[in-house]
Amino acid sequence: MSQLLILAAEGEAENPLIPPIPELVIGLLAFVIVFGFLAKKLLPNINKVLEERREAIEGGIEKAEAAQTEAQSVLEQYKAQLAEARHEAARLRQEAQEQGAALIAEMRAEGQRQREEIVAAGHAQLEADRKAAASALRQDVGKLATDLAGKLVGESLEDHARQSRVIDRFLDDLEEKAEATR
Amino acid sequence: MSADPTQVLAFETDCHIFDGCGFPAPGLHSFLFEPIIGHQDDAIYFNKTMLLALLGSIIVIGFFWAAFRKPKVVPGKLQMVAEAGYDFIRRGIVYETIGKKEGEKYVPLIVSLFFFIWMMNLWSIVPVAQFPVTAIISYPAVLAAIVYILWVSLTFKRHGFVGAFKNFTGYNKELGPVLPLAMLIEFFSNLLVRPFTHAVRLFANMFAGHTLLLLFTIASWYLLNGIGIAYAGVSFIMVIVMTAFELFVQALQAYVFVLLTCTFIQGALAEHH
Repeated sequence: MSQLLILAAEGEAENPLIPPIPELVIGLLAFVIVFGFLAKKLLPNINKVLEERREAIEGGIEKAEAAQTEAQSVLEQYKAQLAEARHEAARLRQEAQEQGAALIAEMRAEGQRQREEIVAAGHAQLEADRKAAASALRQDVGKLATDLAGKLVGESLEDHARQSRVIDRFLDDLEEKAEATR
Repeated sequence: MSADPTQVLAFETDCHIFDGCGFPAPGLHSFLFEPIIGHQDDAIYFNKTMLLALLGSIIVIGFFWAAFRKPKVVPGKLQMVAEAGYDFIRRGIVYETIGKKEGEKYVPLIVSLFFFIWMMNLWSIVPVAQFPVTAIISYPAVLAAIVYILWVSLTFKRHGFVGAFKNFTGYNKELGPVLPLAMLIEFFSNLLVRPFTHAVRLFANMFAGHTLLLLFTIASWYLLNGIGIAYAGVSFIMVIVMTAFELFVQALQAYVFVLLTCTFIQGALAEHH
């Protein structure tokens, strides 16, 4: 029992929960030194660098983003140009087709016209030839008929004026007959 | 008590099992040091824990000085390690509990607290030193007092006198008739018990951890006789296991201390409900 009391008394004297002042002072000093160095010098140092690093990284990201945006815009531009070119090509093709069709139509019309011209010219030529032939025929027939008549009648119809009158009359008769029979 | 009260190291005595001398169990005497300078009863003296505390400060400052004195945007190895620690405290504890906006101001305090406490705890397994400074109540008490003063003054500054009173007492109208009792308990728990538990939690963990290490270390030496050698082997394995465990507890207790600090600050800054 007495030993227990002594132990208790000893415990009282050496209570581990009662801090001695010198230790408190040293503890405070030790911590304040650490806090002072870290708070005033070292942590601001590293914060500055961390901020710089963050900015550098963000700058890099911004640069990459800018490059990407540019690439995107270039791609869009390229696509737009391509589409425009395709459109242009289609338009040109369409135009060419239209032009070709117009040309064909024109040529066809021209051909038609030329054909008609040729036909008309042929007709005119034919008419002229026919007329010339008719005229030549008339003279020939008149002469032949006169010769024949002269031979048959036995007299020479020298008198030109009379001769021609007779022939004309004869031919007119022929024509009238031809008209009548037509 | 067969043990010599001034015994510090396990193998200072030649006492072994079967030699007829008792087991020199570790106790409170293991946490008392004869001052290097002066005498225990003097107003000013200097002992081992003080030396370790100051040396620890120098080591913490030295580490961060080497890492952050001329920091680079592209960090070296040391800077990377220090940055990882710094970032863990800043992001993982301060921003998580107080928030980025309000917490930024307290980052230096929390970082200093964490690394200071960790270093003080780490002395436990540093050869020759082999004593956790935080197993002496003075050091956790000083740190808890700093946090306590900060917390109380912050609460008054933020909420005014009445608001701070409501904050400390957890004032809540909905409690009705039990409100006075609840307020009394809250007041007691917040203003009186909180700083005490804050300090003692760290102190007791390190105290117990060191006692365990001492117990197995002394036992390993004490059992080193005859058949006892087999037990000494087991005890020595326990020393190694406990050392690894202490390594974990040291970091954990430093973490818990600063996490609680952040929670207190957050409580002081938060709107009372």
